[in-house]
Amino acid sequence: MSELDAFRAEIRTWLADNCPPEMRQPVRDEGDVCWGGRRFTFKNEAQKLWLERCVAKGYTVPDWPKAYGGAGMSPAEAKIWREEMNRIGARPPLSSFGIWMLGPALLKFGTEAQKVHYLGQVARGEIRWCQGYSEPGSGSDLVSLQTFGEDKGDHWEVSGQKIWTSYADKADWIFCLVRTDKANKYQGISFLLFDMESAGVSTKPILLISGNSPFCETFFDSVKVPKAQIVGELNRGWDVAKYLLGHEREMISGAGGGDRLSTIGAVLARAGLEDPVLRAELALFDVDALAFAAMGEKFLDEIKVGKAHPAQPNMMKYAGTELNKRRYELLMAGGGSASLEWDSAASDGGTRARSWLRTKANSIEGGTSEVMLNVISKRILDLPGA
Amino acid sequence: MPLYHTEDQAMLADSARGFMAEEGAIAKQLRHFRDIDCQDGFGHALWQQFAEMGFTGILVSEADGGLGMGHVEAGIVLEEIGRNLTPSPFLTSAVAAATALGAANAELKARYLPGLLAGDSVFAVAIDEGAKHRPERIRTRAERAGNGFKLSGTKDFVVHGGSADMLVVAARTAGGDDDADGITLFAVPRDSAGLSQDKVRLVDSSMATHLTLDGVQLDADAVIGELDGGRAVLNRVLAAARAGAAAESVGVAQGAFDMTATYLKQRKQFGKLIGEFQALQHRAAHLYSEIEIARAATIKAQQLLDGESEHADLMVSVAKAKAGKAASLAVKEGVQMHGGIGMTDEYDIGLYMKRDRALAEFMGDVYYHADRVAKLSGY
Repeated sequence: MSELDAFRAEIRTWLADNCPPEMRQPVRDEGDVCWGGRRFTFKNEAQKLWLERCVAKGYTVPDWPKAYGGAGMSPAEAKIWREEMNRIGARPPLSSFGIWMLGPALLKFGTEAQKVHYLGQVARGEIRWCQGYSEPGSGSDLVSLQTFGEDKGDHWEVSGQKIWTSYADKADWIFCLVRTDKANKYQGISFLLFDMESAGVSTKPILLISGNSPFCETFFDSVKVPKAQIVGELNRGWDVAKYLLGHEREMISGAGGGDRLSTIGAVLARAGLEDPVLRAELALFDVDALAFAAMGEKFLDEIKVGKAHPAQPNMMKYAGTELNKRRYELLMAGGGSASLEWDSAASDGGTRARSWLRTKANSIEGGTSEVMLNVISKRILDLPGA
Repeated sequence: MPLYHTEDQAMLADSARGFMAEEGAIAKQLRHFRDIDCQDGFGHALWQQFAEMGFTGILVSEADGGLGMGHVEAGIVLEEIGRNLTPSPFLTSAVAAATALGAANAELKARYLPGLLAGDSVFAVAIDEGAKHRPERIRTRAERAGNGFKLSGTKDFVVHGGSADMLVVAARTAGGDDDADGITLFAVPRDSAGLSQDKVRLVDSSMATHLTLDGVQLDADAVIGELDGGRAVLNRVLAAARAGAAAESVGVAQGAFDMTATYLKQRKQFGKLIGEFQALQHRAAHLYSEIEIARAATIKAQQLLDGESEHADLMVSVAKAKAGKAASLAVKEGVQMHGGIGMTDEYDIGLYMKRDRALAEFMGDVYYHADRVAKLSGY
């Protein structure tokens, strides 16, 4: 038996012994997701137990170094971990922007002290992070952001407004882009970390077309941020921001697995599929979905060993989100009038309709499809003037 | 297994790329043999060079004198064939027929494999009956006659049939037209009495035939694999050829795309390089994305085939459909973005469009394979 085979056997046994049966059910809604953090309430004992067991082994962040709360898995081992998790349909023990976005940025740009402190908190699910990027006047043109941090000697005094801050009202800390030099557009932004309980921070949820409020407006009124809470160099936060955006785009693309990669023809067929034209659309969709799943696997394999083009997450984000929007258009069509129900018990509170509306943000958040195509044109295809 | 080439495979890709760009180039092969009205549609000298490179033995086991490699390696060669539009019997002979012969008895192997390995022999597979690929229905009959069989029926879209020394023919030895069982594969020599072929040149300048079997008498030793149990071998042949065609399509797509991207960086209108226009940039970026995804699906299918996975069949159809879609988009965008010169014979981009069309039909088009994905998924 090769080392990797032995590793797979070990993981399989551990999962069999430690993953509670309740945690092998598909995630049905937001309440099934374990986000962690100071104020998180576990839905049930199984969810708590599953997190604790994984934290103890470093399995919430399997490919991070052990010193920072991970399990130190190699790319090949981490792939086996994902495959074995998928095989039994195990839910992720912990989902967080700390894992997907801040973590990779800290691993690359953080000081050793920051890595030990913040990454450890993320790995253990102690702190829930949110992302302060977009502003009312700075959407696709993110670099024009105006939130300003005034140098006050031992700290910055931050004032301004962010928007589309996912779960700002539930988060403990924020990683935030703040202008620290008004004269310099790209090299005048710093990447700061601070507590959402700091004086001067307030949030206001935004009601979306789905009827839910996953995003907030976030206001900063003279918030004190100690100088030690900067990641990377002063005024070089844009480098950190771009690097993090790559990981955010990777996350939104769905390349990591989960239902974004799933086919839908068989699901709809179980409820009856009498329209041959719809069946044909579903078949063509499933071809694209299965092909994209292979792309996700290839992308992850390549990125772990440095083979992927550095701008490839933009392609993944573009393709993955456009596919997901198409998925939900077909799910709505397949469900017919039943999928229109907004709050009935039969529709589980309008889950399909609300999810369908939610997907419309996929190709806007984290960089629009149009911006992704611009980036591909410029950085991958090297087209002139792009 | 990671979804990228191993070091050995990357080395093979490097040598195949250099070789095909040099020896298999459009001017040297496709245009040359087209312009002299060659009745094979490809060059035998290049086929022998393929053998010298070891390409013809990629899917032949080491025990049978080949390299014993897999579908990933065959796909590497096919992607370069596609990129250069290299006319070659590689897919029909070294992939489809070689897969069939892998299931044959020692005598048939000894009769045919040395010629393939040396680049002296060309083989074809005769599967389709009618203008669309529907291998579930096989009407060609093989009746017991004396010690052997007598074959009667017609086959269409027999690529390289007129150049083939031997044709692998799928015929029915039992059951009804649509039965899965009752199929037998035969190795039919080109000079068999009662076999006639009507040669046709296709849109991409390749040659195919309409084949008629009028009581072709064969000995029992012409049977490849099991009598009546040929469907399993046929399915392996189909999977190999489809995965191979998908890889060639990815190459066609990439070749057309590279040509078009280069043109966007050279052609000026309105005082600007046309590649500066966002209307073209976004379409080019979308196309890039589709080709990347098609290549990923194709490698996945090849790896699953090599690993004899139960999921291989589904992924092969995904790959053939996705690569077909990507290549079709690449050649259409290619001609459009080239503008008027894209319509001229002088520019190669139109040749990509023609090859894509022929390749799309070979071993099942997008619609056939999307339907198959649905059926395999249970709807």
